Amino acid sequence: MKSEKAAKRREVREDQMTNVTMTVNGKSVSRNVPDETLLSEFLREELRLTGTHVGCDTSQCGACTVHVNGKSVKSCTTLAVALDGAEVTTIEGVANGELHPMQVAFNDNHGLQCGFCTPGMIMAGIDMVNRYKASGQELTADAIRHELEGNICRCTGYHNIVKSIQDAAAKM
Amino acid sequence: MYSTRYHKPATIDDALAALGAGDEAKVLAGGQTLLATMKQHLAAPSDLVDIRAIDGMSGVTVQDNILTIGAATTHAEVATNADVRQHCGALGQLAGGIGDPAVRHQGTIGGSIANNDPAADYPAAMLALGATIITNSREIAADAFFQGLFTTALDENEIITAIRIPCPAKAAYAKFNQPASRFALVGVFVAKTDMGARVAVTGAGEDGVFRHAALEAALSADWSESAAAKVAISADGLMSDIHASAAYRANLIGVMAKRAVAAS
Ligand SMILES: Cc1cc2nc3c(=O)[nH]c(=O)nc-3n(C[C@H](O)[C@H](O)[C@H](O)COP(=O)(O)OP(=O)(O)OC[C@H]3O[C@@H](n4cnc5c(N)ncnc54)[C@H](O)[C@@H]3O)c2cc1C
Ligand code: FES
Ligand code: FES
Repeated sequence: MKSEKAAKRREVREDQMTNVTMTVNGKSVSRNVPDETLLSEFLREELRLTGTHVGCDTSQCGACTVHVNGKSVKSCTTLAVALDGAEVTTIEGVANGELHPMQVAFNDNHGLQCGFCTPGMIMAGIDMVNRYKASGQELTADAIRHELEGNICRCTGYHNIVKSIQDAAAKM
Repeated sequence: MYSTRYHKPATIDDALAALGAGDEAKVLAGGQTLLATMKQHLAAPSDLVDIRAIDGMSGVTVQDNILTIGAATTHAEVATNADVRQHCGALGQLAGGIGDPAVRHQGTIGGSIANNDPAADYPAAMLALGATIITNSREIAADAFFQGLFTTALDENEIITAIRIPCPAKAAYAKFNQPASRFALVGVFVAKTDMGARVAVTGAGEDGVFRHAALEAALSADWSESAAAKVAISADGLMSDIHASAAYRANLIGVMAKRAVAAS
């Protein structure tokens, strides 16, 4: 009975793969992957872009935050095959010859210690600054703390992360 | 995660066909609940039918004082939509308080309502505003839609396509966050509507979201904080868990109702 089920699973395997094409950090990539592949797995295991970290794999910590079509999402809670035609930006794609102002600000303000959460913090930081700029709202320290609700850091106590994002916001 | 087969239909008919063909197919919207459930092996759908590419499934329109919100409209879109802000600001504020920015960029109103988590925010708004849930085959009043923990009136393979909301004269939502999950420990949505005052409570009921008859009666007679404060809130039928006792939740219902009326 069990092996019959396994055989059935193998049988359907072929049509449980999808060829997905997306733009990652400005480059078009295509891969044939199982339909249940998470974007975090796609980035780390298929593309070897290991800057996107997986801290919890349960949508809580935000270490895996990347941008899809310009908006922050948790890549551990996104299916890769749903992103055919999408534009994805990871931490590897934010520097443009020089470090991004958000990266510089984390460096200048000692916004990281072990660095595990930092890729997600930077991607979330860029996203919130872009949104607040677009809507003309002021990104206060309070607002930054509220916006960081989905990003957990176990080292810094957040104070310098908030300072870093404020600093970068003034320069972006 | 168990293997599954992904579909991205462009029409409702194709979506229904894919749902009917799979032996255990499920609708996928923002995935912010369903993908987590699959990772925990609490769900193993044979097929995922992504409804986000279906024409007309997302967006907000307003006509004759009635808001219509597509089922695949994200929390972030509802929170920032100008029509929502103008005609039902409380709903925009509620949507902007769900989870965190990344969750709001993906999670959808239809997904939240179909899931009917006993601590979710949207179900309280739907009940208090007297919303109508529109599916591929029928229209269901919110009062008949929410039927208990994670249980709704939806049939198997029925797809929510939109939600229709009559704009209230006044409304507000007050949420007391459970400090770890940030879901509602207790959330109270109050609305002054053509049908009188309507008050819905999430996070507290043993059977999920519910309307509070005593608060509704008091606020229909007198829409004021002091009227809400005079209502004795019973702990009968309320949840008790490690986060809060039923009595604590009962007290919070009164406090949140007052705060909501004050903010309306
Ligand atoms: C970190 C985190 C924090 C959160 N905090 C909150 C919070 O504070 N308050 C809150 O209310 N929620 C919260 N949520 C839940 C969030 O709002 C989800 O987005 C929502 O519950 C599900 O919506 P979805 O679009 O992601 O649905 P999915 O996960 O895609 O689907 C959920 C269920 O609904 C079904 N479904 C989806 N769309 C339809 C449709 N159109 N018709 C029929 N069935 C459908 C699916 O089959 C599935 O069973 C949180 C989630 C996370 C990960
Ligand atoms: S790894 Fe995705 S949120 Fe933690
Ligand atoms: S710097 Fe170590 S987790 Fe944030």
